[in-house]
Amino acid sequence: MGAYLLRRLGYMLVTLIVIATATFFLMKMLPGTPFNNDRLNEQQLANLNAKYGLDQPVAIQYLKYMSNLVQGDLGDSYKYVGRSVTEVISERIGPSALIGFQALVLGTLIGLVLGVTSALRHNSVLDYTSVTLAVLGMSIPSFVFAALLQYYVGLKWGLLPPALWKGYEYTILPTLALSVTVIATVARFIRTEMLDVISQDYVLTARAKGLNNGKVIIRHVLRNALIPVVTMLGPLAINIMTGTLVIEKIFSVPGLGEQFSLSVIVNDYSVIMGITLFYSFLFIFMVFLVDILYGLLDPRINLRGGKQKG
Amino acid sequence: MNETILSVENLRISFHLQDRVIQAVRGVSFSLKKGETLAIVGESGSGKSVTAKSLMRLLPPQTTQITDGSIHYLNKDILKYSPREIEALRGKEISMVFQDPMTSLNPTMKIGKQIMEGLVQHQTLTKAEARQKAIEMLKLVGIPNAEERIEAYPHQFSGGMRQRVVIAIALACRPNVLIADEPTTALDVTIQAQILDLMKSVQEQTQMGLILITHDLGVVANMAQRVAVMYTGEIVEIGPTEEIFSNPQHPYTKGLLKSMPRLDANRQEPLVPIPGSPPDVSRLGAGCAFAPRCPYVMKVCHHHSPPETRLDDQHLTSCWLHDQRSQKAKEIFQAQGSL
Amino acid sequence: MSMELEKNKNNVQLPQSVSTVSPRDTISDDLFVPEPVDSSLQEQISGPMKSVWQDAWQRLLKNKGAVLSMIMIVLITFLALVGPQMSGRTYDEQNLLFTNLPPKVAGLEWLGLDGRDNNGVDQYEKRGITENFWFGTDEFGRDLWTRVWKGTQISLLIASLAAILDLIIGVAYGGISAFYGGKLDNVMQRIIEVLVGIPNLIVIILFILILEPGIFSIVLAMIVTGWVSMARVVRGQILQIKAQEFVIASKALGASNSRLIVKHLLPNAIGPILVTIMFTIPSAIFFEAFLSFIGLGLQPPLASLGMLIQDGYVAMRYFSYKLVFPGIIISVLMISFNLLADGLRDALDPRMKK
Repeated sequence: MGAYLLRRLGYMLVTLIVIATATFFLMKMLPGTPFNNDRLNEQQLANLNAKYGLDQPVAIQYLKYMSNLVQGDLGDSYKYVGRSVTEVISERIGPSALIGFQALVLGTLIGLVLGVTSALRHNSVLDYTSVTLAVLGMSIPSFVFAALLQYYVGLKWGLLPPALWKGYEYTILPTLALSVTVIATVARFIRTEMLDVISQDYVLTARAKGLNNGKVIIRHVLRNALIPVVTMLGPLAINIMTGTLVIEKIFSVPGLGEQFSLSVIVNDYSVIMGITLFYSFLFIFMVFLVDILYGLLDPRINLRGGKQKG
Repeated sequence: MNETILSVENLRISFHLQDRVIQAVRGVSFSLKKGETLAIVGESGSGKSVTAKSLMRLLPPQTTQITDGSIHYLNKDILKYSPREIEALRGKEISMVFQDPMTSLNPTMKIGKQIMEGLVQHQTLTKAEARQKAIEMLKLVGIPNAEERIEAYPHQFSGGMRQRVVIAIALACRPNVLIADEPTTALDVTIQAQILDLMKSVQEQTQMGLILITHDLGVVANMAQRVAVMYTGEIVEIGPTEEIFSNPQHPYTKGLLKSMPRLDANRQEPLVPIPGSPPDVSRLGAGCAFAPRCPYVMKVCHHHSPPETRLDDQHLTSCWLHDQRSQKAKEIFQAQGSL
Repeated sequence: MSMELEKNKNNVQLPQSVSTVSPRDTISDDLFVPEPVDSSLQEQISGPMKSVWQDAWQRLLKNKGAVLSMIMIVLITFLALVGPQMSGRTYDEQNLLFTNLPPKVAGLEWLGLDGRDNNGVDQYEKRGITENFWFGTDEFGRDLWTRVWKGTQISLLIASLAAILDLIIGVAYGGISAFYGGKLDNVMQRIIEVLVGIPNLIVIILFILILEPGIFSIVLAMIVTGWVSMARVVRGQILQIKAQEFVIASKALGASNSRLIVKHLLPNAIGPILVTIMFTIPSAIFFEAFLSFIGLGLQPPLASLGMLIQDGYVAMRYFSYKLVFPGIIISVLMISFNLLADGLRDALDPRMKK
């Protein structure tokens, strides 16, 4: 493996450790213990503290926490007695992954089509329309849009189930709500990239060879414009994760996001921290993957030495 | 050997910007013979690159418009060509080499494929044949290990090598005309000479016509049989290279030559820059565009643009000093010692 | 001879657009006399010089979206400041007689602001209420007009605070890193690379959990990682400008470090900084609303756009007006800031304009 990959891997690990450590100490700083319940007497509290290892010195707790983490153990839920955070996450991940993946695929596809046509018909009515749509999609908060979808499509017109999770049709509205920002982001990004590539000298070279417009666009413009879209995957992933936190709440999707909101209400700190950590790990891993993928797609990037000129 | 392959008549090109229209090329005429090298010189913004691109109809149609004139290639006006005919012309009959080899190659496509693309477009070849031809082209332009290098990406080449690849792409289909738009400006001096020699030797073999766009008079002296001097979208003087260098007739040409260091010149003679800078082409008045910077400017120059004067068979210039009525003014300039 | 030249110099005229090309014979012989151009006039020919800022400002004014956005931002900010005082009610004043009143504006009944609820019953008439609530009331009878503008005010306050603090930290960090360079820059950049890897949403949530929810804890949570992008922009700009000749020249002329920073580096970095701020504000508005929506925001009776949207969402089915007004305002604000930021970026860097 090259130095570049090693360096990226190094950063990834440091970032993970920083996040995990920060999470641990933040948990220590939380107002009161998780069990500040008046009905518990001191003996019960001590027992609970002992059970969760909260009576040991902080350094020991930290080391134990980190070694558990390495083994994928995120601790136990403070509210659901006897259930580990890992269990909660693995039960809840399915629906989130499904709507997240659907939104990513759908959003990227629509975004690509919009962005490419917009750039090819630069300054046309179509271009202006898609630019306007992109600005709206990026600006209107996803929960406002989701609420509108639920109200009109779900409740008023009754076209699709407005909430709950009982079959495939229940995934459609949450997916749509999640994909709006993806569509807007991808469309905007690809449009800028395309316009940038179209004005490059090598496109002129291609035209000067006598290639027709279609070949110039497909062979020279599209490929060069699409490669950087890979770099959008990281930001898009985080966008979708952010989105699931509110969208699942709105559409009552039994996913991680809904669990998160529930845990916030009942102060189940260990689950909140667990989901937060899980999302960070996922995100950081995505960024790392994107780096590798980009290196494979763009011949100028040599995985040993980073990007070269030209 | 004396047949004219390309002739441009009264070409006018305008640029449509958001808030104004710029006349980038204002009535340019010249011709090119088989095996001949014509240099077009001028400062940046003089319209030389725009003229060059128009010869292949490569100007973006959204913002540029050829408002007048004709471009005849082998007696057919390419301005009247259909898009399909234009595509058949580009790369096969007329080719172009661009200024910056760092940006004129597709960074994500192997160079072999970039050369083969043009070949496959214009000739019926199998993949293997196209590949073989691409290797030949790389050898022709002096790239060592052509068989291996064909699989390389542009970033794996130096600037000079890249320009060789660009030339290989341009020459792949043996065009009749090669337009080189400042082909050596972005390169090191030593590499410049190699690239120019390469173009010269290819020209000797194929008898193609070469239009060399440059602002470097040294390159002109070395390469071209004829020179056209452009200023703000017009050709102010055109003629055989030797004559232009030894007996320039337009004040701008004179200025250009005086501002260039020469090995054969008297060392005592200082270099003289042309005062001022080229005017904004969107704000040109009615008179001669060079008048504000011209040391021999007359009243007439401010109000009327000078007509073209034919000094001899080949040498033409547009300057009021060549009007008989300017005799008196010339005497004044002579008395001042400036003419 | 020189007398004649002198004389001619004085009546030099600028080339005027007479006729484009005149036929030879109409040109009188007396035009063929030397008439050099005055060098001061030569400058005028190339057109008046505009400063970079004037130029950018004019380009911005040509951008209809950006101009409209500026107007909307000014209008909303104005209403956010004045609106809460207009109805004579405070944002937390409860009145159980006035609960859940739909919006009613005299003269705007045709817009649907007629005081009728989802069943078409005029609640004002039914309950005999004579005064109008422009945006309606909530379930505690609080005036939504006042609450919405108060909420806008608080959201804007949070966003501006976050942007200003980002600016201060980012400029200091990026400036020091770029200006001193070397080892210090190296260490500071490594720190940034780690911080960039942390999703800011995660940090914000973690911070909100341990801090008491409130305006300042939200701001604090947002700037913990928010300053990083500003620091990167500032560093990039300064490194770029530092390498330019005019800076090297003034350094060679003995300009002090502080003078260099104040006179040369900052003014030239201001454009991108401004653009970054313009993008920070809408993202801060979004995060505040987002946090409120998932229950990590401000505490009632305080209002923010996010809380009002959350309240409105809960009551959406029967009292959709509660969601509509804050929803529209947050959307218009976000759109306006994004468009203005885009416009500003294009205006400051015309090469980027697409």
